[in-house]
Amino acid sequence: MSPLYGRLFMLIILASTWQGIAWFVNSSDFPSLFIVMESFIYHFFQGDMLVNLSITLTRVLISFTIAMILGVFIGIVMGTSERINQLSDTLLIITLNIPALVTILLCYIWFGLVESAAILAVVINKIPTVVVMIREGARVVDNDLLNVAKVYKLSLSKTFFKVFLPQLYPYIMASARAGLSLIWKIVLVVELLGRSDGVGFALNTLFQFFDIAGILAYTFAFISIVLVIENLIFRPLDKLIAKGGHHDSA
Amino acid sequence: MIALDITIKDKYYANSTAVVLKDIQFSVKPGEFVAIIGPSGSGKTTLLNMLSGLEDATAQKLLGNSKALNDCKEYKLGYVFQQPRLMPWLTVNENIQLVLPTAQEEKIETLLTQVGLAGKGNYYPKQLSGGMQRRVAIARAFAVNPELILLDEPFNSLDAPTAAKLRLLLVSLCESCGSTVIFVTHDLSEAIYLADRIIFMSDSPSSIIHQVTIDLPKPRKESGNNELAWQAEIMTQYPQILSGSVSLD
Repeated sequence: MSPLYGRLFMLIILASTWQGIAWFVNSSDFPSLFIVMESFIYHFFQGDMLVNLSITLTRVLISFTIAMILGVFIGIVMGTSERINQLSDTLLIITLNIPALVTILLCYIWFGLVESAAILAVVINKIPTVVVMIREGARVVDNDLLNVAKVYKLSLSKTFFKVFLPQLYPYIMASARAGLSLIWKIVLVVELLGRSDGVGFALNTLFQFFDIAGILAYTFAFISIVLVIENLIFRPLDKLIAKGGHHDSA
Repeated sequence: MIALDITIKDKYYANSTAVVLKDIQFSVKPGEFVAIIGPSGSGKTTLLNMLSGLEDATAQKLLGNSKALNDCKEYKLGYVFQQPRLMPWLTVNENIQLVLPTAQEEKIETLLTQVGLAGKGNYYPKQLSGGMQRRVAIARAFAVNPELILLDEPFNSLDAPTAAKLRLLLVSLCESCGSTVIFVTHDLSEAIYLADRIIFMSDSPSSIIHQVTIDLPKPRKESGNNELAWQAEIMTQYPQILSGSVSLD
């Protein structure tokens, strides 16, 4: 069975199981697939699902970009300098273990219910996990290859972009993957707590009306977007990196 | 071309008190091909690393054309390591381009033809055999038009025919480039085939125990009669020389 058919097969199994349970339970708390689809079409064409999705996506994108850039930078610094690592390790462990909810509440209290506070809360939640992963990568960077750069007197930028950074690509990819799914989830909580638009806000509203089908319709839209991102961005990037043999350095 | 004057009083590794190299003093004429032979762990790689600036040599006197070697930013150095050390994420072309300051496609193409890898420029290192990867590493070293080229057992762990081919290639590249060469090996016949002079080193702490000038005409033959005679002569005179000793017992 080709991978594509395998995936489709799993989806069909999942959908029919859902449908079966819905028929069996026969309650408005467990709507059937058809009702969810109906609700999806309604929210998509007549509600403001598109607006909410695009607002949430923008928030995800902005905080993802900021968190990745800062996280990669801090991770490299901590991975290459033992002294800085020792100094900041405790801080890293603390930030890793602060509950996301606490960061969000504090950001809203200190900076007000504004957009920048929302983004900041997400970024603070995400950075430590990126740092941890990139730091591991920077620690095991192949010194032999860096010595090649040194012997041939490569410029600093060439050494960084052509010799050092490519060794971190697998780590950056892994943390981007893990990061995106985490950020999605945190952004929703941030929206639920302090924004008046976005998917998180919409879900809260639907919850207040016990609109289960609506909640599931949003979830469906959400997952579809993640699948699109996975297939259009991450998979091609994976292939590109594997081509250069990052995973088994020669 | 560059002439070398090397004086190493004693070399320690960082955070260690063990002496690696002791009282080493030798000069190399411009364009000379010098082979260094010594037992494993005798600090030959350390010596090359000091010459290339990878290992600290601030306490020593390393002169290239009478100027401190590692302060001199302009002089061009090629280094062929024991392992090819190619960037796995760059193609063959990109690996060679990496060490060049400007884009020089034609030069890379010529070099690849010289090392017998014409048409392989767009391959990634892992798509090439071990011997081919070493060819790329050699091409990379010669790409910079090196005044000094350091080779650290570059044909180690290759099968005999491949190694022989690569030696031939090295000879022709050295001839066309005219670089001064320092070649570390533990293979005496290889040294006699390639070098103008052989420096023998002792076990750690290493010092120079013997030097031989090989005045056989070039081109030489692998295992030719004259070459074998040289090897036999050295080995009868100093049977222990490859394990780092010139004493007779």
